[in-house]
Amino acid sequence: MTNTTYQFGLNTFGDLAFNDDGTPMTGAESLRQVVAEGQLADRLGIDLIALGEHHRSEFAISSPEIVLAALAATTRNIKLGTAVTVLSSDDPVRVFERFSTLHALANGREEIMLGRGSFTESFPLYGYDLENYNELFEEKIEMWEKLLTGEPMNWEGKFTQKLTDTTVYPKLPAGETIATSLAVGGSPESIIRAAYYELPVVIAIIGGEPTRFRPYVDLYHKAAKQMNKPDLPLGMHAHGIILDDEEEAKEVGWKYIKAEMDRIGIDRGWAPMTRDRFEFEIDKGSYYVGTPEQVAQKIAKNMQALDMQRFDLVYGTGGQLLHQRTATIRNYAQKVIPRVKELLGGGADA
Amino acid sequence: MPDITIGILGAGKLGSTLARLSMHAGFATLIASRRPVSQLKWVIDTLAPGAVTTTASELIAGADVIILAIPLSHYRDLDPDAFAGKTVLDATNYWVEVDGTVNEISTLTHSSSEVIQDWLPASKVAKAFNHMGYHDLEIEVDRKPTVPRAMAYATDHDEIRPVVEQVVSRFGFAPLDLGPLRFGLLLEPGSPLFGEAIPTDEFRDKLAAIYTSPFGQKVIAARGGQIQ
Repeated sequence: MTNTTYQFGLNTFGDLAFNDDGTPMTGAESLRQVVAEGQLADRLGIDLIALGEHHRSEFAISSPEIVLAALAATTRNIKLGTAVTVLSSDDPVRVFERFSTLHALANGREEIMLGRGSFTESFPLYGYDLENYNELFEEKIEMWEKLLTGEPMNWEGKFTQKLTDTTVYPKLPAGETIATSLAVGGSPESIIRAAYYELPVVIAIIGGEPTRFRPYVDLYHKAAKQMNKPDLPLGMHAHGIILDDEEEAKEVGWKYIKAEMDRIGIDRGWAPMTRDRFEFEIDKGSYYVGTPEQVAQKIAKNMQALDMQRFDLVYGTGGQLLHQRTATIRNYAQKVIPRVKELLGGGADA
Repeated sequence: MPDITIGILGAGKLGSTLARLSMHAGFATLIASRRPVSQLKWVIDTLAPGAVTTTASELIAGADVIILAIPLSHYRDLDPDAFAGKTVLDATNYWVEVDGTVNEISTLTHSSSEVIQDWLPASKVAKAFNHMGYHDLEIEVDRKPTVPRAMAYATDHDEIRPVVEQVVSRFGFAPLDLGPLRFGLLLEPGSPLFGEAIPTDEFRDKLAAIYTSPFGQKVIAARGGQIQ
């Protein structure tokens, strides 16, 4: 292919947002806000919005498909995805039912991104044993792949239900499927698994110099080749704030991104973020915080260096004021994406 | 000091990261996991080019310093005889996802590296590289901060302190000696020091205040004055 097709998306976990006067929004208000933002993103021509599932106080979205269903009914073109669906602590049959329903409502615009889940709240919540973290994922991804064929299921697993000649409804229309990708952090095993299942990979690159992930990109290509699997395009996901004033963008980032990372860090054993690390993440690392031109340059540079065809910007990290969230979405759609395509050259729209 | 060969046991997120750091530091580096050598080799040739993929037993025989980057609960698979006389850096932590929901290995009175030292009585065990996440290990070296980040370690063997410090500093960190191995408890999950990637003076400040933290209070309650 001479013309590479790039895809630019927005991601959010439904971080509890703040009104412009600084008062916090409730979870319900934050959910309605995400729907409004998804509608805006559709009007602005952004390729995709993907929602993450969480089960803790900072985030409003625990059932992304329901939010996506609201968007399915009120948007025209934007792809509606998850980032991620924690398959390990879910029932693949029910996940299939939800997504084949969404497939119908969204006319095939749905996408699912599967992950093992770097947050682990869903395991005890749904009665799964965290010590089966790896095995649960292995088994369920295999079941998912089988469900996608649409054939009657004959299945026997260790952690999943036995199915005999069972069809799962609603069936996908003939010849159609649920676009599936796999989210990966830093595990070589996950990369190889994605290549094996012929799934495109999206790497969460949320800290450090993005180029340190180049070996993982190479590993994916190499694994695909080794196993005679298709060499699919890769994507990346990262946090960003795009405002016309650089200093303001940084201050919003310091206030909200740092606060969120530190809160999550308490549970994960991460150290609180230092100012010099924060500045590093903006200058050379993984935060896309600054003016539209600065962010566009950085996205283009890293997509090129890592051979990426998909970029997902996590917006609204830590909540942020409504006008800051909206400004990021508008700047991303109207200034950053066109500029990145220009910088990458020849990036004709599909 | 003659140059030493580093052996990294385990090739997951932590092991492959440590292999890159070790190569970067210019050490001869061996790596092994439970995967067949041929399979692991093509992963490592991409993720940590230059590191030599081998079997666990050849690694143990050939390395001067062995870094444990395996799930903690797999420590019983280590052959104490093969490890006799070796310097072992224990980078493992109790991790629910891989080690199980109930920690039946270590306690506040017997930290995980002490358990490993007991299992490998003829080896010289130090706790090191455990209190920083694998992402931070690499990022905090790559980004060349003006002040290197503190990497605390603990061991009962004074004779290995120089080699531990050499490895830690050449990997890109500032070694910080916590003293005997039992103090390694202060670096384990649950402690305010766990996860820290900060300069030495800040690390010392946090260390000085540790017994006023809820974790420190629990340690005192469990160990009496014995740990201090």
